Amino acid sequence: MSEEKQTSCVEPARGLIEPTEPQKGEEPKDLTPKGGDIMRATVGKKAPDFEAAAYHKGEFKNIKLSDFKGKWVALCFYPGDFTFV
Amino acid sequence: MSVDSRFTHKIWQEEELSKMVPGGVPFPLLSDPGGKIGRAYGVYDEEAAVDIRGRFLIDPEGIIQAMEILTPPVGRNVLEFIRQIKAFQHVAKTGEATPAGWQPGKVTLKPGPDLVGKVWEVWKPEMAFD
Repeated sequence: MSEEKQTSCVEPARGLIEPTEPQKGEEPKDLTPKGGDIMRATVGKKAPDFEAAAYHKGEFKNIKLSDFKGKWVALCFYPGDFTFV
Repeated sequence: MSVDSRFTHKIWQEEELSKMVPGGVPFPLLSDPGGKIGRAYGVYDEEAAVDIRGRFLIDPEGIIQAMEILTPPVGRNVLEFIRQIKAFQHVAKTGEATPAGWQPGKVTLKPGPDLVGKVWEVWKPEMAFD
């Protein structure tokens, strides 16, 4: 997660993080299926990493999936705020 | 996560969610403008330009252990998701397998040569429904 600032602005979130991006100082085997814009979430394979803009506990911040390593994560998508179901 | 901005998330939390859950929902509301993340997870509907209802269970190593994707009009079963989380955590801890309908405390299976052809002795179909 990027450092939080006292200003009202947050750095733009990176969005989907492509598996080909070099990692700092290491050469890990990335098991994420590749393939541009096609679906690559697969059970038993690495979850596609991302950094998303977020609203949490009254604050704006950016949240990165891979920062939750070591924890179980429930990731839910839904059609939109204020939808009915 | 939805295609809404974090500003919309804030208003939804304040105007509606906080009236359903005291203090609002405790988890972060994430934005996916343009659906790029949703596309990678197979939940982005190009025509409607929204992320449809999908949920993913990701383990501590970052591996997807379970997923479920629904079209918009049908909501999720939260208790089933919680059951799956407990089952995957049990499996990760013990190496045992959890048969259909497993709940914490119910019989597990220890896969191995001795169990071949003998599942019927330890597990009955009605156990999937109680």
